[in-house]
Amino acid sequence: MADIDVTQELPLPVERPRPAASGPIDWLRTNLFNSIPNTILTLIALYLLAVTIPPVIRWALVDAIWHADSGRACHTGGACWAFIAEKGRFILFGRFPYEEHWRPLFAVVIFVAMVLASCNRRLWGRWLAILWLTGLIVVGGLMRGGILGMSYVEPELWNGLPLTLILSVVGMVFAFPLAIVLALGRRSRLPAVRAICVGYIELIRGVPSITLLFMASVMLPLLLPTGMTIDKLLRAQVAIIMFAAAFLAEIIRGGLQAIPRGQFEAADSLGLGYWRRTRLIVLPQALAMVIPPLVNNFISSFKNTSLVSIISLFDLLGAANAALTDANWQGFYMEAYVFTAVIYFTFCFFMSRYSQMLEREFNRGRRR
Amino acid sequence: MTDATAATPVGEPIIELRHVDKWFGEFHVLRDINLEVKKGERVVVCGPSGSGKSTMIRCVNRLEEHQRGQIIVAGIELTSDVKNIEAIRREVGMVFQQFNLFPHLTVLQNLTLAPIWVRKLPRKEAEETARLYLERVRIPEQADKYPGQLSGGQQQRVAIARSLCMKPEIMLFDEPTSALDPEMIKEVLDVMVELAREGMTMVCVTHEMGFARTVADTMVFMDRGEIVERGPPARFFANPESDRTKLFLSQILSH
Repeated sequence: MADIDVTQELPLPVERPRPAASGPIDWLRTNLFNSIPNTILTLIALYLLAVTIPPVIRWALVDAIWHADSGRACHTGGACWAFIAEKGRFILFGRFPYEEHWRPLFAVVIFVAMVLASCNRRLWGRWLAILWLTGLIVVGGLMRGGILGMSYVEPELWNGLPLTLILSVVGMVFAFPLAIVLALGRRSRLPAVRAICVGYIELIRGVPSITLLFMASVMLPLLLPTGMTIDKLLRAQVAIIMFAAAFLAEIIRGGLQAIPRGQFEAADSLGLGYWRRTRLIVLPQALAMVIPPLVNNFISSFKNTSLVSIISLFDLLGAANAALTDANWQGFYMEAYVFTAVIYFTFCFFMSRYSQMLEREFNRGRRR
Repeated sequence: MTDATAATPVGEPIIELRHVDKWFGEFHVLRDINLEVKKGERVVVCGPSGSGKSTMIRCVNRLEEHQRGQIIVAGIELTSDVKNIEAIRREVGMVFQQFNLFPHLTVLQNLTLAPIWVRKLPRKEAEETARLYLERVRIPEQADKYPGQLSGGQQQRVAIARSLCMKPEIMLFDEPTSALDPEMIKEVLDVMVELAREGMTMVCVTHEMGFARTVADTMVFMDRGEIVERGPPARFFANPESDRTKLFLSQILSH
């Protein structure tokens, strides 16, 4: 049968889409004032902005005091950024010996660099695992000291931002694979495996994370044989990993359940077998599907690390609270919390943007 | 479509089903199925929906488990032994109604995945084979696209090529054209006719009776979980023995 070239036989009339409105006036009209309710909402929003923005600017910039010797000099009613200038390093690094602050700073830089490197999909693979392993060892060495002429610093003094990063990043790095195993195990055909995974997930999920941290810090030492101690930081870290894994596992299970049966059957019919099927077909699709909730969880567990203050580990927020107890600088809660909020926000905003980029990249093939 | 003039296959049976029974819960889907497919034979299975045709061919590569009887494929008996199941699946290609391409991989990656990971071919060799088969299903230019960017007919041809890349002994087709728009059915059937002409052992579940007439060595008619009738297509279409076959054929060929 000869193909008929439809376009030649029947030339279709060409019609072009009307050009969209352009210019700022058009933009305003189509986006802000295109209907009466919308116009009212726009005016309300403008009013609220006019009421709130100027006082904030006055507080943060106009009336702010940038240099002062003590808190007593701050009485203009503006922000006392002098407090941050004085206490910023304490909030960031806490009670870590002052002259050695380059060590936690370097640890933070390594963490950020490793996270950035992991963002490049082309580097995913064995090398990245090696990078992480060496990176974590270097961070450990820097913080702990006792080698290469660095003085020993006990983990009690690892405060501030490095502690937040260690707890959350190490927590995620270890919780994620554990979560995958739990999610797969929960869907296993072997009843024993399934029971263990369901039991673990339900137990951990059903307990407040504070309880888990307390158990790790207070109960565990009592249960251990006398003379045997595990560092408090490590215990908190394990608690965070266990906790995060249970939640991540349920998110991943959601992704696994969304994979159509046909994908399993196609993989089976090609003889891939369980492990290759899981690794090459099921997990890549399942994980790509659950990026938004995964990142949501990462962000919330990043912020939840501040719970460790209750077992007197001083993370970023804990160090900020400690800074507020200085008799010379009292009452500058606003400044301290704005400062920490900006740091938290920077990290969380980055995670959220990166997840959007990943999502776009993974969904490329599905777009029609 | 032209006549596929292949010699009637003789030789060893490559698929044997002996007294196979299967239940879905209480529902008896396969009743005492006996079927032999010789090497190079083209078998077309037809029958009303719910008659167990899909279930039967899905038992051949153990996507479904049979509960009684014996299934022997390429000399290996299907049991719950995973080693045997995987060995059989390497030799048996399957094409699904819904294509089931891997949406996160490009066409080329879909085709090379199993040869690389299961057959342990070097990537370069696997890609060469893949491009060869894409050529044969007439879409070499789509190698770097994702399945979601192709039409249904193109996706199904990719799915056929994906199975062929494993160099299987047997190809199973489970209603390969049922999910396609009418204008795309022909392009898929053409590829299947060509495959049949080259002597591939094929078991096809399909309602495309024109295709069946052209390529089948043996027609099998199933109804309510039983094989009701079987025979060469000439006799099957002209003088069906069973009333159920007559009724089915009159319904399917009436328009």
